[in-house]
Amino acid sequence: MLLIRCPWCGDRPEPEFVYGGQAHVPYPADPESLSDREWAEYVFFRSNPKGSFAERWVHSAGCRRWFNAIRDTVNNDFLAVYKPGESMPEALR
Amino acid sequence: MKRLSAGGRIDRDDVRRFTLDGRTFSGCGGDTVASALLAAGVITVGSSIYRRRPRGIVTADGSEPNALVQVERWPSGGPAEPSLPMTTLELVDGMELSAISGIGRLDQAPDPALYDRKYIHVDVLVVGGGQAGLRAADQAGADGARVLLVERSPALTGSAPAGVEVLMRADAFGFYDQNYVLVLERRTDHLASPADRGVSRHRVWHVRAGRVVLATGARERPLVFADNDRPGIMLASAVRRYLEQFAVMPGETLVVGTVDDSAYATAFAFAEAGGSVTAVVDSRPDPPDELTSRLARAGIELIAGAWVNGTSADPRGRINGVRVGHRWFDADLLAVCGGWDPDLHLWSQARGSIEWNHAAAAFVPGAAHPAQPHVQCAGSALGVVQQSWRPQPVWLAPAPEPDLSRWHDHFVDLHRDATVADIFRATGTGMRSLEHIKRYTTIGTGRDQGATAGVNAAAIAAQALGLAGPGALGTTTFRAPSHPVTFAALAGREVGPLADPVRITPIHPWHVRVGAVFENVGQWKRPRYYPQHHETMDDAVLRECRAARSSVAMMDASTLGTIEIVGPDAGEFLNRIYTNAFAKLAMGSARYGLMCTPDGMVMDDGVTMRLAADRFLMSTTTGNAAHVLDWLEEWSQTEWPQLAVTFTSVTEQWSTVAVVGPRSREVVSQLVPAVDVRAEVFPFMTFRQAGLRLGLGGDMVSGLVSRISFSGELAFELKVPGWYGLALWEAVFAAGHDLGITPYGTETMHVLRAEKGYPIIGQDTDGTVTPHDLGMSWAVSKAKHFVGKRSLRRADTSREGRRQLVALLPVDRDARLPEGAQLVEPGAALTPGSAPVPMIGHVTSSYVSAALERTFALALVADGRNRIGRTVVAPINGAAIEAVVADPVLYDPEGARRDG
Repeated sequence: MLLIRCPWCGDRPEPEFVYGGQAHVPYPADPESLSDREWAEYVFFRSNPKGSFAERWVHSAGCRRWFNAIRDTVNNDFLAVYKPGESMPEALR
Repeated sequence: MKRLSAGGRIDRDDVRRFTLDGRTFSGCGGDTVASALLAAGVITVGSSIYRRRPRGIVTADGSEPNALVQVERWPSGGPAEPSLPMTTLELVDGMELSAISGIGRLDQAPDPALYDRKYIHVDVLVVGGGQAGLRAADQAGADGARVLLVERSPALTGSAPAGVEVLMRADAFGFYDQNYVLVLERRTDHLASPADRGVSRHRVWHVRAGRVVLATGARERPLVFADNDRPGIMLASAVRRYLEQFAVMPGETLVVGTVDDSAYATAFAFAEAGGSVTAVVDSRPDPPDELTSRLARAGIELIAGAWVNGTSADPRGRINGVRVGHRWFDADLLAVCGGWDPDLHLWSQARGSIEWNHAAAAFVPGAAHPAQPHVQCAGSALGVVQQSWRPQPVWLAPAPEPDLSRWHDHFVDLHRDATVADIFRATGTGMRSLEHIKRYTTIGTGRDQGATAGVNAAAIAAQALGLAGPGALGTTTFRAPSHPVTFAALAGREVGPLADPVRITPIHPWHVRVGAVFENVGQWKRPRYYPQHHETMDDAVLRECRAARSSVAMMDASTLGTIEIVGPDAGEFLNRIYTNAFAKLAMGSARYGLMCTPDGMVMDDGVTMRLAADRFLMSTTTGNAAHVLDWLEEWSQTEWPQLAVTFTSVTEQWSTVAVVGPRSREVVSQLVPAVDVRAEVFPFMTFRQAGLRLGLGGDMVSGLVSRISFSGELAFELKVPGWYGLALWEAVFAAGHDLGITPYGTETMHVLRAEKGYPIIGQDTDGTVTPHDLGMSWAVSKAKHFVGKRSLRRADTSREGRRQLVALLPVDRDARLPEGAQLVEPGAALTPGSAPVPMIGHVTSSYVSAALERTFALALVADGRNRIGRTVVAPINGAAIEAVVADPVLYDPEGARRDG
């Protein structure tokens, strides 16, 4: 039962959120110029690291805004949360 | 065995009667079922689960492995409940019980009790109302913190500290991330009569705490020796508790077998109560003087440096003798102490580290996990007091005759009838991990979850593996719940009609009144058909379909998801999300739109109307509305934040009635007198804002009338603000009365659209179907980009032979293909020997058609469009049903009926 810090609403319990997978995988600017392989990497491939992971969440039962988070996938510790468009905190890159 | 005439924390004037297996007993206020039975001279309470050996009460707490009972009747009400320990079950006057030999039974009758949950945020949660817990709660409260203390028994060992909230009969059973703790409170089981209406029987508390103090205590460990499972063998601290708390002497002649100082108190208490203590058998060769001299003064023999290695029993199975070395002692009660284990179940769930402490001869808490630092143990859970008792454990006392077959009478887990022989067999087969040994022997999987067995098992396995001690093997992983919790308690109020929200439209009461049969579409109740005069569904659907295609029919379409999309960039946004063009859709026009996920698969469809340059009304499939809204928000917020557009769910803000059929114009014109509804001036896929005459005292209601059709017939959709839905429906019904207007439900709607080959997303698609597979290449823009476009030219999505949407016409015009039926090539052998038979597709929708006077189906078939005219076969229950592949538009392919 994680306590997740929404950048707008503060600490709220896990069931109020929906997980959004890996962060910083933008929709390619020019999909038509990509090879099948490059395009498949965007559509199907995501990282699955042990340790610190940049991911997306949406506060669907609250403010319904998307945000990013850095979470340790081993112990579920949230190291940072930041708004879309903001860059990852320097120390965690 | 007897009740002492004085002492104990019981009320001898409060007589409470109960039955056990039909036999009546009585006890006192303050008794548990176990203490009352012991006072009545009963210690043997059943037989073991597999070996059928007689078993007795062993403990005075919840770690009891033998004395389990089924409560057949609670005086307070509630279902029969199995597998409750007699040792913690509060005695209530009028209880009816039956003994359980290992396995209980579920009550098959509906559970009349209420269960609920509450959420609470506190600064400090203290688990355990013993001395350490009370001290911690007092200190925290004195600092001004909000404190909650939970205690599993009905009483605290002292008075509740001021300002501290206390829950009694409340057992913490789950410890989750960031100090989220679940506690089960039993609120009414101890009452002598039913509680007030609305009072829940059990409550699950969800506690979020700033910090947690686990004052969970420690449990005494039994000893392992030959025939260590006989009735009359009890934990030393249990014997003492029965004497001091319940004023019950569970036997007459006692032998104490111990490995530390703590059990001596039992010998002294027993003697002071008038019992005879034959001997104290101490594993340590040199026990402390203060204890040995007191024993001597009491005239009790001490046998030091020795241990119990066997017992004998009377004809009914109760012990009557205890063997030490080669000597036999008379005893009907043997109090054993193999050491004390801090209760670390919740600590371990909180990911606190656990380490073996040699001086305590126990697993003790180490450091808290860095990601979960605000939790600590207190009191005997720390493992410090155990060190002061100077334990020297004897993990396994073999019988003096080294006879290997006797290991199967050395019990480790009493509830599971698991023995030392089982452990040796596990290690003998090569198992090295305690997790494997646990599952192979089932030690620790019983009701007490290894409370009395876990550490002994680890120690004996370590010996067998030649390891230094239990510390080398560790403990198995602790998981919530730390003790059994019923599903009823966890479900709380969310059962029956409250299991899921029920959504109904404002027109719902009308459907109910005329006897519509409903189906669930997501959380919505939608009429499936409106049977008249006891029609079957098939007959009702045929009648409704005929009405829709030959005169006029009406349907409640209010459940369709509706999303208002507003902003200067709304058109551009829709252009990127839909496969076809929307940015230049004219105001007053509607267009069918298809949307895909980035992998090119169809995700949803619907008709979207443009109300203004910056305002669209999108419709989605009923069950997908919330998902589509989330989808739009995701793209807007995370990919295209520069587009100025907002989204609002307005599904419930509108009520929609579809009026369908060649005579629908005659009905609609009565409701919108100011609108010319002739086809030449009101084209297909356009709409008007209009005042609708609903017969509500003259005023018109402002709404939308559009020409949208999901049946291929001339059709209109009338939209009014939500609360006018019922009035709109009744006005339409009245306007169509002379034409015999026919309400129709979802089943008819499905048939009508299927006859026109229109797919239903989520029924004819499953996330693996592209727009081209559906035959909707016309909806795929070549000019503009949209989400999913690039995927449509991936090798896999553009290859030959993909499954395509087609119609199937069974050769037997009455044969109905089941939805989901697999399809194979004609002539394919269908014997087990020919398996696997290649499957070339499956049936997605299947109906009887009034218009076509035959059955038909839609299906996804490999290379379907190239198979038109050829046969496929559906193997159903041993028969092979043949069907001819056809173009999916079976009815009015020219579209001539559209304008009426």
